[in-house]
Amino acid sequence: MSTTVFIVGVGAISAIGDNVAGCLASFKKGKAGIGDMVYLDSAYKNKIPVAEVKHTNEQLAALAGMSPKISRTALLSSIAAKEAMDDAGISNMDALRTGFISANTVGGMDKTENFFSEFLSNPGKGKLRNVVNHECGSVTELVADQLGIKNYVSTISTACSSSANAIFLAARMIRHNMLDVVIAGGADAITKFTLNGFNTLMILDSDYCKPFDENRKGLNLGEGAGYVVLVSEKIAKTLPKKAYCTLSGYCNANDAYHQTASSPDGIGSYLAMDGALKKSGLLPSDIDYINLHGTGTQNNDIAEGTAIKRLFDPHYPKMSSTKTFTGHTLGACGGLEAVFSAMAIHHKIIYPNLRLQTPMKELPFVPETVLGENITVRHALSNSFGFGGNCSSLIFSKL
Amino acid sequence: MKMYIRGTGNISPQKTFGDVPFLEEPVLYNGIRLTCIEPDYKDIIDPKMIRRMSRIIRMGVAAANACLQEAAIPVPDAIITGTAYGCLQDTDLFLTKMVEQKEELLTPTAFIQSTHNTIGAQIGLLLKSHNYNNAFVHRGFSFESALLDGIMLLMENDASNVLVGAIDEITDNSHAILKRFGLYRTAAVSNMDLYSTVSRGTIAGEGATFFLLAKEPSSHDYAQLNGLATFYKPKDHAETEQHIVNFLATHSVHISDIDLVIIGRNGNAKDDAVYDRLTQTIFNTSILANYKNLCGEYPTAAAFALWLAAGIIKNGIVPAVLNVSNTTGKTMKKILIHNHYQDTHHSLLLVSAC
Repeated sequence: MSTTVFIVGVGAISAIGDNVAGCLASFKKGKAGIGDMVYLDSAYKNKIPVAEVKHTNEQLAALAGMSPKISRTALLSSIAAKEAMDDAGISNMDALRTGFISANTVGGMDKTENFFSEFLSNPGKGKLRNVVNHECGSVTELVADQLGIKNYVSTISTACSSSANAIFLAARMIRHNMLDVVIAGGADAITKFTLNGFNTLMILDSDYCKPFDENRKGLNLGEGAGYVVLVSEKIAKTLPKKAYCTLSGYCNANDAYHQTASSPDGIGSYLAMDGALKKSGLLPSDIDYINLHGTGTQNNDIAEGTAIKRLFDPHYPKMSSTKTFTGHTLGACGGLEAVFSAMAIHHKIIYPNLRLQTPMKELPFVPETVLGENITVRHALSNSFGFGGNCSSLIFSKL
Repeated sequence: MKMYIRGTGNISPQKTFGDVPFLEEPVLYNGIRLTCIEPDYKDIIDPKMIRRMSRIIRMGVAAANACLQEAAIPVPDAIITGTAYGCLQDTDLFLTKMVEQKEELLTPTAFIQSTHNTIGAQIGLLLKSHNYNNAFVHRGFSFESALLDGIMLLMENDASNVLVGAIDEITDNSHAILKRFGLYRTAAVSNMDLYSTVSRGTIAGEGATFFLLAKEPSSHDYAQLNGLATFYKPKDHAETEQHIVNFLATHSVHISDIDLVIIGRNGNAKDDAVYDRLTQTIFNTSILANYKNLCGEYPTAAAFALWLAAGIIKNGIVPAVLNVSNTTGKTMKKILIHNHYQDTHHSLLLVSAC
């Protein structure tokens, strides 16, 4: 139960890059991935900006080595998970107990949407291959089978905190000595279902999102996948490459306030951050960077900001919302932001919080607006909060 | 491993909810779809809340509520749910309106309630609990994943009790779609004849089954939970057997120590062939019981089996409907459950008397 859990591989695909290097290059250029809708076929084309991965399903399928007919979420998941696995460079995977713990919010919904229009007109119609992978778990299995991982395969879906919880579970299974290596994170493609759902909640910004700005108007939906490879100390020692960092703390708490809204004081967010600090044995002053959940909605940012104030005042770490680049990738964001947090430690960089003009008047701190380089990040805190009050925080620590 | 099942709550196609005799009056169905017998929710959930909840949320919240009451735990240290399909009725509703209304004039309620963590979140919200809350959505492993998470929390001393549940519903559309995949019988069948008419396809089921698992024993526990293992896509029968052998060895149990083996036969020849082979090998001298003629087949059906095992141990009787001979005068101290869903998701559970 006491083993340290190391992060030895990372993989990411998002609107700002097809891999980790691509995403980092965009961060350095300050280039957001948000724009007009190109790949999703929706009535909101040219009305609501989104952060799409800049490829057709056919192009993604070629990258993934999968059929272009399967869910875009599985294609994204496969690309990032494989990058993470290759990056870890573990040569004897077959001899180890391996796991794939993934997350997503709507499974193969992008294909179910196509099926449903035909099915509704005639229940005997609609291609079954479009619903065969509707379940969240099916998307995970397509990738697990491709990677040849079978000792433990599971899927978590706690809305926007899904993939943080997947990474959290992976670390615990390693600590319990149930598994040696786990690829954990999550994936989500933008679907009409989620776009319309968020639109009915009136929390989508019709312009580029402005997290932690006084005049923020909502979030931009994004898509992608992010995975980290977690191993025990014993395995880490056998690898040719040094680990990026450790996962030292984690906590899952519930806001228990409303199905979709956060409590004004952000009690769930506070408990998640505080619990993760306690788990890692760290003090708030040990944290050098917070990767904010920072969606850009009125509600999230004030709740998260209030919780940060309560926990960190008066010494605030540097912080930013990378959703200003990638959009809100829902089931993937905890995974992507875990990768970004690990890379912040490894590359000594702090990502900027784009488009922040007027800081929120309720808060005594301001996120970073420019790229920070050569900054030692001892410990990075990554927040992921979601519908259903599900709040999870992870802490990554420098070796 | 020793953990204690202190309470259960089960809404199923049988009379299993509330203060009812233990499966003494089996409910018969003729068809290919078994439907949960829902309680009168008025006494369980605030009527103002009921109106807003879809059927699966009501069933989940009511089963969780009953489980906590029975265990006398007002607020558990963790709430963990497993569901393969999630909140289908709300998903279906939002999707249908989106298609029919061409993405216009939609309302948020169905979307909000369609997310897979809705039931666990609603339970947490009603209990005003800030504690650990997680939701697993992995097909035939959804319940087992939730249970494993709960077991780990107890072992980590991060919780002294956990509420773990499985919830899956059938809707008209999901049934029609799954039927087109060939999952079910083509002709109506009596659920009590499921095993005498083994052919292609099974009967659909659903359920909302919760357990309160505690680290320490109490004076009113059902049973101990001693072990859980899952295995994914065994390549052949030998691998399946090896997993069962390993599981028994891990828990220092010999197959002859097991008083009853509950297996997941569903009347579909292809699925049942897995159990047929085991009946000739590892389980050749075991007393076997089936349960899916009572609850139907669905990805989280193993939760019904665990409820059944816990009930048999607590009540000291094997209900007649299970049609198990050779159990008269025999106390049921150790029960092994082996369930598989489409030979893809296998699980093993070991339950024993306190």
